[in-house]
Amino acid sequence: MADQAIIDATNLSKVYGELVAVNRLNLQVQEGEIFGFLGPNGAGKTTTILMLLGLTEPTTGAARVCGYNSAREPLKVKRLTGYLPENVGFYGELTARQNLMYTARLNAVPEKLAVSRVSEMMEVVGLPDVGDKKVAEFSRGMKQRLGIADVLIKDPKVIILDEPTLGIDPDGSARILDLIVDLSHRRKMTIMLSSHMLYQVQRICSRVGILVKGKMVALGSVDQLGKKLEAGKTTLDVEASPATPELVDSIKRIPGVLNVEKSGDLLTIAADKEVRSLVAKAVTQTRSALLQMRLQDYTLEEIYLRYFREAH
Amino acid sequence: MRGMLAVFWKEVSDHMGSRRFLILFAIIGLAGLWATYVAAQSIRSELASNPDSRFVFLRVFTSSSGLLPPFVSFIGFFGPLVGLALGFDAINREMSEGTMSRVLSQPLYRDSVINGKFLAGVATITVMLLSLILIVSGLGLQLIGVPPTQEEMLRLLLFVMTSIIYIAFWLGLAILFSILFRRTATSALGAIALWVFLSFFMVMIAGAAADAAIPVNEGSPPELLVRNANLRQGIMRMSPTTLYDEAIGTIVSPGVRTLGPVLVQQVQGLIPTPLRLSQSLNLVWPQLTTIVALTLVVFAIGYVRFMRQEIRA
Ligand SMILES: Nc1ncnc2c1ncn2[C@@H]1O[C@H](COP(=O)(O)OP(=O)(O)O)[C@@H](O)[C@H]1O
Ligand SMILES: [Mg+2]
Repeated sequence: MADQAIIDATNLSKVYGELVAVNRLNLQVQEGEIFGFLGPNGAGKTTTILMLLGLTEPTTGAARVCGYNSAREPLKVKRLTGYLPENVGFYGELTARQNLMYTARLNAVPEKLAVSRVSEMMEVVGLPDVGDKKVAEFSRGMKQRLGIADVLIKDPKVIILDEPTLGIDPDGSARILDLIVDLSHRRKMTIMLSSHMLYQVQRICSRVGILVKGKMVALGSVDQLGKKLEAGKTTLDVEASPATPELVDSIKRIPGVLNVEKSGDLLTIAADKEVRSLVAKAVTQTRSALLQMRLQDYTLEEIYLRYFREAH
Repeated sequence: MRGMLAVFWKEVSDHMGSRRFLILFAIIGLAGLWATYVAAQSIRSELASNPDSRFVFLRVFTSSSGLLPPFVSFIGFFGPLVGLALGFDAINREMSEGTMSRVLSQPLYRDSVINGKFLAGVATITVMLLSLILIVSGLGLQLIGVPPTQEEMLRLLLFVMTSIIYIAFWLGLAILFSILFRRTATSALGAIALWVFLSFFMVMIAGAAADAAIPVNEGSPPELLVRNANLRQGIMRMSPTTLYDEAIGTIVSPGVRTLGPVLVQQVQGLIPTPLRLSQSLNLVWPQLTTIVALTLVVFAIGYVRFMRQEIRA
């Protein structure tokens, strides 16, 4: 398994009725990596993670984790993979320690080892003194860190964290991110985390994938991605009066145009080659007035922020 | 298996320490003790006049006096509530609090969760019933001074087993509701509504429906009255409550010889001897098997729904 990816998804799709939540996704995460899985809300991140863990069946394609097929051998995958769900929950009426002990029992960790491991992990995540407090009294940030301790109880090879910093203040988020980096360095774990916050992911991840509407639109190291996108793709802001649906249609038909978005008279056109003259022609042909046309640099941040803004 | 045991023990300890279980247990215990005390008083005065009556010990559980129903009726009334209380939020609470996805990402089969929860509820019910029976028996023995015969003990054991399965039906129903409804308030209300319907409204509906189909009055010929009563009973038997009441009534009262309506001619000349245990069992065999089947069916429906459900945080 030396050169095999720890997480390996091939042509993974999930369809809910009409909605394609995940669309032919390909993804490899190598041992020891911190992989950032970026995408706005509703992009399909959680769905992908559920398929990786065998918690939901892929419609097509397959996911393998640590060499095991997630749909066919979910128990083997779950034994080796720690998963921190989005909005992780604990039994509020039990103490932190009791909650973690339950996880240990579910993993068949021998009782003695479990006791010492629970204490150790509470310390690792910076909660050494609250083991006997009921979780109902915990703040959100504390629960999230307890969630990471919970994930570590089974001593996993891979950990998958779904939005680990969601709803946590910047200071708390920073602590969690530092903790993740620490786990990767000291415990040599492979880590995949999903987020809709670019800056956080950029800071700690060696590689990122950007998922939009179920499709992986970019995949690579952060530096690499920025350059590649700048070189390969462009975005045009066009203001036309009036920006009719016919105009949008005719621009969409121009070869090289990937996507057109309309808000009022402003059109945002994504293309993978030079299309400015053809767009200008389309505007005049539909008898609209071209008021403005501007070329955007298509950087990682910009595409990401645009998707991000739109999703909110 | 190990995963299921982990779930089982966690649930058992949750139940045993939960306020709602302890409150119900206390209510049933107090009511049961009071009923036993009152029953024992009347049994004692009767024993004084008729020292060789049979099945004295069982009457501790079945005698009523004045307004207070007998012990078995308390179990019949509160038992379903215990089942509902133990199960109505079994699944949906874990979904809404986000613990379910954490549990299911551990290496255990998904059915371990629902099996463990169901069995933990059954174990809790068993512990509750056995301890109630032991307490009540102890008190009864103190008060009347007549020990149970072997047959009486067997009948009590059968009563406990039937009650466990019957309460497990309500537990399974509650768990099913906790799978079907996302909110715990909805599943609780839905389950209670169904209980009220099956326990109380069924009686009225059965009466009204029978009277509509076969109208009778005081002057009606006996055959018509019997047909009316049979229809009524048939409809009522669609409710597990009726089945349980019939089964228990026969198991703990050896004097019960028949469950349907009877004509005076049919019983004339019959000596009212108590039935042997095997005869009692024969009489309520259909009731018993139906209760078992209903319990299995509600659990199975819940099981299948749960296995198919997608779990998100
Ligand atoms: N059980 C479901 N049935 C139908 N649609 C669903 C279901 N679960 C998720 N979706 C849809 O799938 C899409 C992807 O959701 P999700 O994976 O949760 O996105 P993310 O985690 O990136 O925010 C969303 O549009 C969501 O509404
Ligand atoms: Mg999500």
